[in-house]
Amino acid sequence: MSTSNRFLTATVVAGAIALASLMPARVAGQAAAKAAPAPAAKRAIPRMADGHPDLQGMYDLATLTPVERPAGTPLVMTDEQATKLEKDVAARKSTQDAPMKADRNAPPVGGDGSAGAAGNVGGYNSFWIDSGSQYSTIEGQKRASILIDPPEGRIPQMTAAARQRLTRNVRPTSDQSAREDDPGFEGAGAYDDPERRPLGERCLMGFGSTSGPPVLPNYFYNNLHQIVQTPDSVLILTEMVHDARLVRMNSEHAPPSIRKWMGDSIGRWEGDTLVVDTTNFTDKTRYRGSTENLHIVERFTRADAKTLIYRFTIEDPATWDKPWTGEYTWPTTSEQMFEYACQEGNYAMGNILRGARLKEKTDAAKTTK
Amino acid sequence: MRKTLSGGIIAIVAAAGGALLAVSATPLSGQAPAVYRAPRAADGHPDLNGIWQANTEANFDLEAHMARPAMALRAGPYGPVPAAAVLALGAVGSVPPGMGVVEGGPIPYKPAALAKKKENQEKWLERDPEIKCYLPGVPRATYMPQPFQILQSPSAIFFAYQYAGAVRNVYLKDPGPAPIDSWMGQSVAKWEGDTLVIDAKGFNDSTWFDRAGNFHSEDLHVVERYTRSSADVIRYEATIEDPQTFTRPWKISLPLYRRIEKNAQLMDFKCVEFVEELLYGQYRKKPLTK
Repeated sequence: MSTSNRFLTATVVAGAIALASLMPARVAGQAAAKAAPAPAAKRAIPRMADGHPDLQGMYDLATLTPVERPAGTPLVMTDEQATKLEKDVAARKSTQDAPMKADRNAPPVGGDGSAGAAGNVGGYNSFWIDSGSQYSTIEGQKRASILIDPPEGRIPQMTAAARQRLTRNVRPTSDQSAREDDPGFEGAGAYDDPERRPLGERCLMGFGSTSGPPVLPNYFYNNLHQIVQTPDSVLILTEMVHDARLVRMNSEHAPPSIRKWMGDSIGRWEGDTLVVDTTNFTDKTRYRGSTENLHIVERFTRADAKTLIYRFTIEDPATWDKPWTGEYTWPTTSEQMFEYACQEGNYAMGNILRGARLKEKTDAAKTTK
Repeated sequence: MRKTLSGGIIAIVAAAGGALLAVSATPLSGQAPAVYRAPRAADGHPDLNGIWQANTEANFDLEAHMARPAMALRAGPYGPVPAAAVLALGAVGSVPPGMGVVEGGPIPYKPAALAKKKENQEKWLERDPEIKCYLPGVPRATYMPQPFQILQSPSAIFFAYQYAGAVRNVYLKDPGPAPIDSWMGQSVAKWEGDTLVIDAKGFNDSTWFDRAGNFHSEDLHVVERYTRSSADVIRYEATIEDPQTFTRPWKISLPLYRRIEKNAQLMDFKCVEFVEELLYGQYRKKPLTK
């Protein structure tokens, strides 16, 4: 379903190229500059005893705004355009939430052919899926992509070296499933060992860079994040896999020998913006094919009492020729976060590998006959 | 007598004899020992922020115990010896002794529960959730041999544990009964004077209290008390109630120490990765040689 959402979005946005002229220069300027977004100081925002903005709360990151947008389409959508798309999504959700017919037929053998966990053999129906209901709105602008730099809203091309590297490396990353049919794939098969499975399946990290950094919506479910803030530390908790990233304020990075799944995050205040600098990644996370030298700068700014603006800039010269930047809003939610115990109930991992061994046996038996 | 001396007299006496200085300078006797007053957080409550760690053998066994050759034992010709599965660890796999953290004697198990505890202990390798890197539950998270961080602000209290990356959001306002049982339970805090009191329930029955098979049912109710007793120590108490398992509530108490190293920080301990060979090794396409 998430895929179809994004597809629909892309199609409609692509039809409105004329809107490009509406993209204010200010937005482009922000993307390039390192300055904080619009000054929040003049606004009434909650503050801590030390005077810094209070960033604490529970946030629901689900959004209809995709990471990238189709080439040639503007960053900002008209309100009418966004409202129509949001209404379409709501209508579709409402239809899908209608009670199913009791006398319906069984799904076809082998599934209905739709892609993803939500389709085919009916892994999830829409009840389980919360892929967002609104577009991210920054400074009153409905955003068509999270990416703001490069201005065309597309992640820069990977370097040739990175593409070469990716054909050699084992594939499981936080945002990518291992596939035996990956072009240029070498080495062990996707189902040979637990280490070959994606990190999400192994209960090591949430899928889709949900814990990040960069912290991104996964366009599927479990998009809650909590921030707890003290003078010395800022905690960024991700619902999925209860991943707690602790940002040490005014500290130094851990030595290079220490690598962390979510990187080593240190923070500082620039005016009313919390700036978090993250390095020391492992070579296992590999966000979008990046190396362990990935460097991410995140900027958390309060837009108002109920909304944060989250901006990130990513650089890894071994993977992309230039840094790239995205931003979207984190709206407060009154939802409670549930415990995401994953390892404790991970029957899938054993079954996936056992299934693969069983299939090999039956395949071998067929060949010998 | 010293109590009534004025400052001026003390000065004269002290000047007259250096030996007396020490006596005069000690806190006024006759008063109750000074109660430690912890530094305050912005909202006036004691500041519990920091990285803390228990220094105790409680995770091996909450109760008083002597050193043992290993957690998993088998009968030897002259007494228990390490079970084959842990033999290679030698002295590293042995159990350090401890005076126990349970107040007032053994844990008051009901008879059937005590039998299950003993069975748990015998089948420790198969049953201890720690071996599979499962979430530790409460109070075990507190005295795992790894640090944890308390984050306290006027609007939030949060515990981040290094072991398994376990977390506990502590509500400051009771949200009502836990919507579902969980490994780490649902925690609600209030201040009683300078003590942070956390009421935790909504647990499942799958966590243990230690490596000795001490366990509970889903009726577990833990009331924890965190009181700062000096600059770098928190006095920790937990009252454990579970009518299915125990004849009465019982209590553990132990100190928690601040990790005072300048570079102290919670590090990654995603042990899920470390137990994949144990849990799934047999399903590899090419299983490793045993």
